[in-house]
Amino acid sequence: MKKILTSLALLGLVVAGTAAIAAEEEHNPAAPTHFPINEPKEMSWSFAGPFGTYDKAQLQRGLKVYKEVCSACHSMNLVAFRTLEGLGYSEAQIKTLAAGYTIHDGPNDAGDMFDRPGKPSDHFPAPFPNEQAAASANGGAAPPDMSLLAKARGVERGFPRFIFDIFTQYAQGGPDYIHSLLTGYDQTPPAGMVIPEGTHYNPYFLSGVSLKMPKPLSDGQVTYDDGAPQTVDQYARDVSAFLMFAAEPHLEDRKKTGFRVMVFLLLFGALVYMTKRRVWADVAH
Amino acid sequence: MSEGHSTYTPKTGIERWFDARMPLPRLIYDSFVAYPVPRNLNYMWTFGGILSIMLASQILTGIVLAMHYTSDTNLAFDSVEKIMRDVNSGWLLRYLHSNGASFFFVAVYIHIFRGLFYGSYKAPRELLWILGCIIYLLMMATGFMGYVLPWGQMSFWGATVITGFFSAIPLVGNWIQQLLLGGFAVDDPTLNRFFALHYLLPFMIAGVVVLHIWALHVVGQSNPTGIEVKSKTDTVAFTPYATIKDAFGMIVFLFFFAYFVFYLPNYLGHPDNYTVANPLKTPAHIVPEWYFLPFYAILRAITFNIGPINSKLGGVLCMFGAIAMLFLVPWLDTSKVRSAVYRPWYKLFFWLFVADAVLLGWLGSQPAEGGGLLTLLIGEFTGNYVGYAQAATLFYFAFFLVIMPVLGLIETPRRLPNSITEAVLEKNKGGSGHPAGATAAPETKG
Repeated sequence: MKKILTSLALLGLVVAGTAAIAAEEEHNPAAPTHFPINEPKEMSWSFAGPFGTYDKAQLQRGLKVYKEVCSACHSMNLVAFRTLEGLGYSEAQIKTLAAGYTIHDGPNDAGDMFDRPGKPSDHFPAPFPNEQAAASANGGAAPPDMSLLAKARGVERGFPRFIFDIFTQYAQGGPDYIHSLLTGYDQTPPAGMVIPEGTHYNPYFLSGVSLKMPKPLSDGQVTYDDGAPQTVDQYARDVSAFLMFAAEPHLEDRKKTGFRVMVFLLLFGALVYMTKRRVWADVAH
Repeated sequence: MSEGHSTYTPKTGIERWFDARMPLPRLIYDSFVAYPVPRNLNYMWTFGGILSIMLASQILTGIVLAMHYTSDTNLAFDSVEKIMRDVNSGWLLRYLHSNGASFFFVAVYIHIFRGLFYGSYKAPRELLWILGCIIYLLMMATGFMGYVLPWGQMSFWGATVITGFFSAIPLVGNWIQQLLLGGFAVDDPTLNRFFALHYLLPFMIAGVVVLHIWALHVVGQSNPTGIEVKSKTDTVAFTPYATIKDAFGMIVFLFFFAYFVFYLPNYLGHPDNYTVANPLKTPAHIVPEWYFLPFYAILRAITFNIGPINSKLGGVLCMFGAIAMLFLVPWLDTSKVRSAVYRPWYKLFFWLFVADAVLLGWLGSQPAEGGGLLTLLIGEFTGNYVGYAQAATLFYFAFFLVIMPVLGLIETPRRLPNSITEAVLEKNKGGSGHPAGATAAPETKG
């Protein structure tokens, strides 16, 4: 066992050495070669860790930000209104919320398409009829669907952090990224950097120096009724948490089940180990 | 070992009835109860059992997932999300299945490295080893096709890159590629045949597993000393000794597996695969699943042409060659001693090989940048991933083609104990005056 450990340590050193050498790259702030320029800031999230749960008040605020700001351009096709029960809403509240949307349905018995108020089983309607329309209305780049955004974005963690992440259970790369991006506007690009026409500099953007989306949030834009600060930072936190919920609505269930499974395996493992000791007690091995 | 003397005596009427017609209870008794196993097996020998429960788990979760999955390019991505959101415990089934594939490979890599360390491939176990290599190949094909099914960006572009390898083969390459794709690009026909094959291959794996176990039961298990079983005192009965030890190994393994399923279910995946496949938008870095990364690094390490072989074909040949090496191991190793425990030099090179494989895996996840091995030698250390990959590839092949054959001829092994029993008793005498050969670590566990 000791030999294995020494070998593993040696192996780690070899890999670490190479990684350290590789990380030492030349630096020209005006012409970055790797994106994002700045790494996402690690925030503290209520749903992190083995006992993490969603903060329902935060999710409700996040939904409000999505409805009043994001949903003007971003669809959320995979999320049904009924899913919002996870935000602490009652069935009646969801019915009212869904009825506030107009759903294009049909054909009816006469063969005509028609509009009707939404039902809890409906999904959030998309702001544009198709991707082409979304792209042409937004300067050529269709705003991504938000249903899975919190799992579809993540900045590579690099060695050795990806090892530590296993022990710290870091799985919040998506919300960290979204929060950093939303709060990363309004910065002055380094002298000499070329920002393409019609795009906006953001050092947290994953795939370039700038993106088509202009700064979406400003202080006081969304009115909160629970006394939470009405700042860009707070909006960004809330909508990031909400998007994590939209992407992984069963997260709490998963972690709760996980704890039971781990406890069971520990106890069962201990019993089996003691049995094994007993069985092998009379045999030298 | 299988002396062929069955010790089974049917006790009940039903057992006697079966035994006279189709002796299934006898087969089970002889294979899983009375079957003699070396008494000195350590926990590295529990991975065979672990692999069989992983295969069973993958097949069970896979069958239920297939009930809810739609293999149509317009519906596949959403059908997987429907499983995640609306199917009862669908998120659990899907995370078990996707992480199960990764842990299947974790177990198989430990199993293969165990074989390499203890010389488990040597006569008379060559066929047993080769059957294992075939299972590994089938697993790679199954894993690759399974990763395409959710139809995310990495599914699509991974499939495009990997099927593209085949076009490098002279003359028949394009034909093979089109046969795999069912067209000229990854599309609906590709997804449908990959789904069909992804459902078929696990059952082929199960078939080869039966042959693997059959071969194992003919030649018997190897053991940490590498010395064949000589007398009855060298062995214990499979049940209860191996059964209970395997059970404990399985539970420990499941603990790590569950940790990832419940707390880090997307850690081993790529975020891009949560974006639906888009043939018009290439991701910045196309990376395969982690278990293919060492081979991917070898593929991309060949950046130069060798005579008529261009770099693409050269990369593909090296990649398949890297897997082919495993098949040849029984004949590449010239040593008369099986276990690395008694081979100090082989043991050193074995661990260097493990480090090399891990390094290749890391390089496979990095962009293919840098000047290569020659510029590495003149001091281009920074960001020269290609250079490191070429050096690591060179060592990979040298380990099999040079170190293994040469070491067996020139290395002086340590003194071997006369029997398994002697080795066990020597070891148990305690710390005083380490008997030669019983000091090395891995076999002292358990």
